[in-house]
Amino acid sequence: MNSSTSTITPPATRIETKSAGFLRDLSSVSYRALRAIPRDPAAVIPALIIPLFFFVVNIGALESVAEGIGVADFRAFQLPVAIVFAVTGVSRASDLVTDISSGYFDRLLLTPMSRTALLLGLMVADLVLVMALCVPVLILGFFVGVEFATGVSGVLAFVLIGGLWGLAFTGFPYAIALRTGSPAAVNSSFLLFFPFAFLTTSFLPQEALTGWLATIADYNPITYLLATLRSLLSEGWVWEDLWPGLLAILIVGSVSFTMAFGALRGRVSRG
Amino acid sequence: MSQSQIAISAEGVERRFGDLRAVDGVSLEVKTGEIYGFLGPNGAGKSTLTRILCTLLTPSAGRATVAGYDVAAQPGEVRLRAGVALQEAALDDKQTGSEMLALQGRFYGLTAKATKARVDQLTKLVDIGSALDRRIGTYSGGMKRRLDLALALVHDPEVLFLDEPTTGLDPVSRAKVWQEVRRLNQELGMTVFLTTQYLEEADELADRVGIINKGKLVAEGTPAQLKRTIGTDVVIVTVTGDATDAARALETLELVERVEVNGPTLTLSVSDGPSAISPIAVALAQVPDTQVIELSLRRPSLDDVFLSVTGEHITDPSAFMASASAAQNPQEPQ
Repeated sequence: MNSSTSTITPPATRIETKSAGFLRDLSSVSYRALRAIPRDPAAVIPALIIPLFFFVVNIGALESVAEGIGVADFRAFQLPVAIVFAVTGVSRASDLVTDISSGYFDRLLLTPMSRTALLLGLMVADLVLVMALCVPVLILGFFVGVEFATGVSGVLAFVLIGGLWGLAFTGFPYAIALRTGSPAAVNSSFLLFFPFAFLTTSFLPQEALTGWLATIADYNPITYLLATLRSLLSEGWVWEDLWPGLLAILIVGSVSFTMAFGALRGRVSRG
Repeated sequence: MSQSQIAISAEGVERRFGDLRAVDGVSLEVKTGEIYGFLGPNGAGKSTLTRILCTLLTPSAGRATVAGYDVAAQPGEVRLRAGVALQEAALDDKQTGSEMLALQGRFYGLTAKATKARVDQLTKLVDIGSALDRRIGTYSGGMKRRLDLALALVHDPEVLFLDEPTTGLDPVSRAKVWQEVRRLNQELGMTVFLTTQYLEEADELADRVGIINKGKLVAEGTPAQLKRTIGTDVVIVTVTGDATDAARALETLELVERVEVNGPTLTLSVSDGPSAISPIAVALAQVPDTQVIELSLRRPSLDDVFLSVTGEHITDPSAFMASASAAQNPQEPQ
């Protein structure tokens, strides 16, 4: 260092430091996570392309078959599936693992910041991201003629419910990230997505499913989520159709958040 | 000594990992405004004690305070007053340097204005110019270390922990870090707790040095005090044959205060080196089946202190450290 340029000017008085508070910590963590997203587009592009790809392929391959067994509007039937594909498993868990392995996670623990905000801030960023990922899927849906029986407010509810499902699911990759600190383990958490997304009413209505698939679909929370989203598209505001999907989100979220925050407690434990 | 004069205190601190005692009953005090060098080989327990003092670990037994606050019971108060640069520069490659500094300020409750003013001050310290607005992934190792140090200083800490701050740095970067540490201590009166495995680093920077080995604090004092325990001078003798016989012969000499045997090498503490050389050479010539390969006289070093209290050499980074000294003091002949 050149000493002629590096003299430190001491603060006139000692800087007043204090805990920033939970909300400021939360916004700081979220903002950092969101700022990093466009800097690593490779991490987001698959999440953007996969739902659009499946939406187009499923319509092209199955529309006539589905209409033959009584699905009135297969495009509207498939739009919630594309949304689930867009939002499920999208998280900053890989970035969290990078922070753990680089030591930056320890640097954060050395500050007086809220430990809960450390994880919840990432989840808030995920919520923003997955809701943003819903937009191109919706645009494609409108482009191919899908309409909402619930109008503009239904569109907003559709995106919000999709976002909340994405948020509920993020607990799983975060739990794995915090328990293992392993990038490979976090990447493999994507496998959890497949039984959730395919052993359900992704391609056919529930009444058309038979045998073991029908049984599994009955217990798969995505079955109820898809029913709720489809109801917003085709039935209008029908509370009896909405609450099962919201309950499914609540149950999955409770399980995954319990796992994730339990893993966080273990990771930040000083004992 | 009043409580306000003590920046760091440890009383019988232990840390166990299963059956392993990584830190074994360490007690020490660091005065406010002091640079305390914590010296020991890899795996001695330096980093574990540092992680206890900066609240990343709790002690299994004993008590420690930093800036007057208990590290186990009041970690939040300690975190507000301690700055820490751990062994590896802990940074986020996707952010720019200025973004990271601003974020760090937010976590300490600094207003946007205060953070900006502080970042401007620290920009002079890290001395990476316009690179501060580049992503950290593009920085060199030395730049990352300097930014890491700046992050530890954002909140103007009372106590600064530096865990092996120069490990892995080239000699020029190492010399710069030494300058920065001195300046922080002298200009800002900051207490510095510096762990290192480099003897010369502790010798150059520290007001006092604690030597840790296998989890225990085995010696403590100013570098001069520690070296005085060895004697005025040190004679190094390398022999063929049985070094134990040679040691036995040398122990009888009046000027020789202590003899350490380490393989074929004997380290002799002597009260007057120039006068002792001749009797030593004569005594060695009379030891049967022993031939002197090398005989040299030098001032005691902290390595000699380490050898005398542990029976082992700490490490041998002398060539690298000599380069660092040369980089720091280019006017001195090498």
